[in-house]
Amino acid sequence: MYHKTKPYKVFTVFNYTFLILLSLLCIIPLIHILAVSFSGKAAANANLVGLFPVEFTLDAYEKTLANENFLRSLWIAVQRTVLGTILSMVIVTLAAYPLSRENRSFKRRNIYTWYFVFTMLFSGGLIPFYILIQKLNLLNTMWVLILPGAVSVWNMILLLNFFRNVPKELEEAAFIDGAGYFRTLISVFLPVSMPAIATLSLFSMVGHWNAWFDGLIFLTDHEKYPLATFLQTIIVQQDFSKVSVRPEDLENISQRTIKAAQIFIGMAPILVVYPLLQRFFVKGIVLGAVKE
Amino acid sequence: MLLPAVILTFIFAYIPMGGLVIAFQDYKPWLGFAKSSWIGLEHFQFLFSMPENVQVIWNTLIIAGLKLIGGLIAPLIFALLLNEVRKETFKKSIQTFVYLPHFLSWVILGGILLDMLATKGMINQFLGAVFGLEPIFFLGDGTWFRIVVVTSDIWKEFGFGAIIFLASLAGINPALYEAAEVDGASRWQQTWSITIPALIPIMIVVGTLSLGNILNGGFDQIFNLYNPLVYDKGDIIDTFVYRVGLIDGKFGFSAAVGLFKSVVGFVLIVIAYRAAYKFANYRIF
Repeated sequence: MYHKTKPYKVFTVFNYTFLILLSLLCIIPLIHILAVSFSGKAAANANLVGLFPVEFTLDAYEKTLANENFLRSLWIAVQRTVLGTILSMVIVTLAAYPLSRENRSFKRRNIYTWYFVFTMLFSGGLIPFYILIQKLNLLNTMWVLILPGAVSVWNMILLLNFFRNVPKELEEAAFIDGAGYFRTLISVFLPVSMPAIATLSLFSMVGHWNAWFDGLIFLTDHEKYPLATFLQTIIVQQDFSKVSVRPEDLENISQRTIKAAQIFIGMAPILVVYPLLQRFFVKGIVLGAVKE
Repeated sequence: MLLPAVILTFIFAYIPMGGLVIAFQDYKPWLGFAKSSWIGLEHFQFLFSMPENVQVIWNTLIIAGLKLIGGLIAPLIFALLLNEVRKETFKKSIQTFVYLPHFLSWVILGGILLDMLATKGMINQFLGAVFGLEPIFFLGDGTWFRIVVVTSDIWKEFGFGAIIFLASLAGINPALYEAAEVDGASRWQQTWSITIPALIPIMIVVGTLSLGNILNGGFDQIFNLYNPLVYDKGDIIDTFVYRVGLIDGKFGFSAAVGLFKSVVGFVLIVIAYRAAYKFANYRIF
């Protein structure tokens, strides 16, 4: 029994230590930024903050939450996430169901599947896409953040693979009882696919919450920025020209503790949904991605 | 039921492909596609005639190549080590922590890294206190910038990348290990003769599929970390297309660079899928 050999016991000790260090490495940056956000301004500027707040204060959060621009972008991000997720899930579910059927009952299945998959392999690229959005008059609308990404081919493939594992008998029974395709999808497929639907919805939510680039290029009106784009211009580009600040507020925005507070509020929703997500996703991804 | 998806895909994926004609035009936005003059392959000749343009392609290959290698090896080693852990709760907690960075965006992580990697930031303080090093200008020096980009990408994704290996490890028949025990194989010999061979197909799949992405250096990450000081070594095709096309307004040239990338990427992905199918019997749907 190798478990009882001495070299293996030594290995186990090292292994556990190493894995603990690795996981610390993944969260220390987050703890540090949290500590900075709760620290006093002077302590933060003097780089005295490590993993614990120095001169604990909620000042940075008070100022952040008093900032109208921040609150507006937060609200836009919430709207975008909710609308975008619902729309995308409806469209993807509607498409995944017919595509999950066998070739016999849906002859053009392969043509349609390749129609979607081809867009994963080849794209017009950024410039023609930008010109299209311009011509469609979608600049500065909520639609530009929601519609182009609504057909997530990746989610569609995961879901159609999940639908395929639903027993045929269930579907046949529904047809015999006189249900149509829509009825069958809603009353039979959706209830049994809840783990997959939940996983994909959560992925979609995280995606919308984190998306910033479309806002940066398609919204010229900076009052319409969702939170991720707002944070990108403030924290990463350090470009305050886009947020219409009064000179006396400028110091507040560029302050290190306030940036830390904004970063933390920006990731807080992810930290909340993440534990919910984790229960499902291993099963969801692996079922869809790895096949015997 | 397919109709909404078909229409949306047509508008937002297929129409832009048609828009690629501007790669062969001297495109002027006020003239449109129809009236702009045709210039053939001039944009492509320009792409390969300017040293700094070719440098962008090299940067992309180097950064993406290093990420690919690190992104394959780190999750594999992590999965193998985690597989040796017998305590379920310990295993679960480790997993919870290491998957987390995957779900945070590069805006958030970029903000954190900019703060931590500053010359007076936490990392330089740590290096100074422990090893007595002078502060390193991580984000202002091209070579360090590449190291930061590759390392932080591996840091963000190694945990999540390990999921697929962990799933394969769970699928190995325990009888193989029992038989090896009876024959007196040590754990190391078991890993070498049972675990590694069992993982080879999935390694081939992950490796070949990421080979199809070799022209993607990671736009989000680089865009959120770089600055003009490191354009020479840190600029990748995607950031270059954005800067030259949308910021400088050279639509035609930028579209040509994008088209070059799309075509090469398409060929690579098709080869990768075929290879994955042939060597590991992998299909996407």
